[in-house]
Amino acid sequence: MTLTLEGVAKRVGAEQHLHPLSLELQPGSFNVLLGRTLAGKTTLMRLMAGLDAPTAGRVLENGKDVTGTSVRHRDVAMVYQQFINYPAMTVYENIASPLRRQGKDKAEIDAKVRRTAAMLRITPYLDRLPAELSGGQQQRCAIARALVKGAGLLLLDEPLVNLDYKLREELRAELREIFADGKTTVVYATTEPQEALILGGNVTVLHEGRMLQTGPTGDVFHTPASLECAQVFSDPPMNVVDAILTNDRVALSDGTNLPLSAHDRNLPAGPCKVGIRANHLTVLRRSERLVPIRGKVALSEISGSETFVHLRHGDTTLIAREEGVHSHPIGSDIQVYADPDRIFVFSSAGQLVAAPNWRRSALRNIA
Amino acid sequence: MDKVQDNRAWFLIIPVFLIVAFSAVVPLMTVVNYSVQEIFGPGQTFFVGTEWFEAVLKDDRLHDALVRQIIYSLAVLAIEIPLGILIALGMPGGRSAKTSLTLVLLALPLLIPFNVVGTIWQIFGRGDIGLLGATFRAIGIDYNYTNNSAHAWVTVLVMDVWHWTSLVALLCYAGLQSIPPAFYQAAKIDGASKWAVFRYIQLPKMRGVLIIAVLLRFMDSFMIYTEPFVLTGGGPGNSTTFLSQYLTQMAVGQFDIGKAAAFSIVYFLIVLLFSFIFYTIITRTGEGEKK
Repeated sequence: MTLTLEGVAKRVGAEQHLHPLSLELQPGSFNVLLGRTLAGKTTLMRLMAGLDAPTAGRVLENGKDVTGTSVRHRDVAMVYQQFINYPAMTVYENIASPLRRQGKDKAEIDAKVRRTAAMLRITPYLDRLPAELSGGQQQRCAIARALVKGAGLLLLDEPLVNLDYKLREELRAELREIFADGKTTVVYATTEPQEALILGGNVTVLHEGRMLQTGPTGDVFHTPASLECAQVFSDPPMNVVDAILTNDRVALSDGTNLPLSAHDRNLPAGPCKVGIRANHLTVLRRSERLVPIRGKVALSEISGSETFVHLRHGDTTLIAREEGVHSHPIGSDIQVYADPDRIFVFSSAGQLVAAPNWRRSALRNIA
Repeated sequence: MDKVQDNRAWFLIIPVFLIVAFSAVVPLMTVVNYSVQEIFGPGQTFFVGTEWFEAVLKDDRLHDALVRQIIYSLAVLAIEIPLGILIALGMPGGRSAKTSLTLVLLALPLLIPFNVVGTIWQIFGRGDIGLLGATFRAIGIDYNYTNNSAHAWVTVLVMDVWHWTSLVALLCYAGLQSIPPAFYQAAKIDGASKWAVFRYIQLPKMRGVLIIAVLLRFMDSFMIYTEPFVLTGGGPGNSTTFLSQYLTQMAVGQFDIGKAAAFSIVYFLIVLLFSFIFYTIITRTGEGEKK
């Protein structure tokens, strides 16, 4: 379905949980809601589902106003962070329950349940109760229940957050294929920029109850409209340094000078903020173009098979990415290299002035 | 990990041994000892084998009391469990003054001593000065719990319901409060009816506390003594003489120590057996609904 939000807002008491925002989701599209905890993702989803009524604005399904319509009469399914299944029903009955309510005949129910279960690889557990399954299998059951309903709108509220790393990766990869069929409008909330990039589709970035930006995931990642948006969409957070833009270089406040690149040439001179993602601040000097920055190690953390080095350089703390697992004693000297071609230039107020050039196909490589 | 051998561990469990020995094992063994002897007085005891047990099992008054007791306990469960669940479902949730008030009101009957409960109902039911008795009279029902068996029996039952339904309600309320709101939202999105929400979410989630409620209410009602003792003294006739009343009459009234001891053991075994049966039934019916 086409879901249209027109200036919807949610206020609870004196607190504005969600500032007015407008959004249109195309039929069959995959939409990620990206934002940190308390950004308003769940609030927005509840408005989309019809669990709550907005305090302002309208919600339209296929052009029809459904603002006041109860969730019972909407065409929607939802998957939660917790694993929600009927505890007293077997997996089979759980998946069959939405179909039974729709009054489908036995043979059709059976066929649909088995097909969905096969898709989510839980066929061997159809006779078990949810409590007898592992967390990952319970969530697969919950997703199957939501999918089988064939609703026009499918909402997933951080569905993978309670699973362990390995299961999360596995299920995430499968989800992309499962949702690829293209009839259902899917909305997927997550706090993780990585997850948004892997899932692709469109992304809507939320921050403290405001919509910062919306668009194809690659566009938003590579050209974040504001510093705030770039921060939410970077993990670890983007390095931000005050700088002065002149006609031949970018002078960072810590004394480092970066030569101008294709994207930040011909900009008006003056103060600005420079953003550098951790993966463009590397320990390894990959090219002669890269500009060295010397500092002292404040912390080094290992994530997967990468190392993130936090270093103090003058008054600023920077985070650099290093391929592989390394250890750096705290307080030791380190030299990292900034890529002048990959820096973001923001105005002092935090609006994007220039973003590095990127090829649209590049996103697929990241994913 | 290798097993560590350390005999000092025995010292740590000695206190438990002592407490259990003096609070349970020694008194129980004393009763066992009495149950196989005829006792005329201190030092004048004779071993009689299983005679007392045979006498107890043949005792017609005991059979009557047992039947009365079983019917009573089943009636207590049949009323208090569903009523408690209904009250819990109807209670306001969240943190509000209304919630606190309801909880306090519900807990009130539980705080009243058993014999006071008996006294309250004794006065409450009197035709001359009691509100209940006077009300019945006013609408033309000749209610009298002191000489009408049925009235006495129902009064004892209603008194127990008044006294103990709160416990079931509070337990169920605690069970309901532990259900994450997402379950209700999910059910709403599924379009589930109120009955479906109750049957497939609330009831399975309350299973744990319901087991406790049923066992507690069964055991307590099966051993009921104080309230009927105060209210009716077991009468009129034997209509409200339950097992413990009869046991007390035997032990303290007639001073039949040997027979009463044998009765106690049989009584204990009956409670144990019924509790075991209930526990097994409830745990079996909801296998796997633990979460």
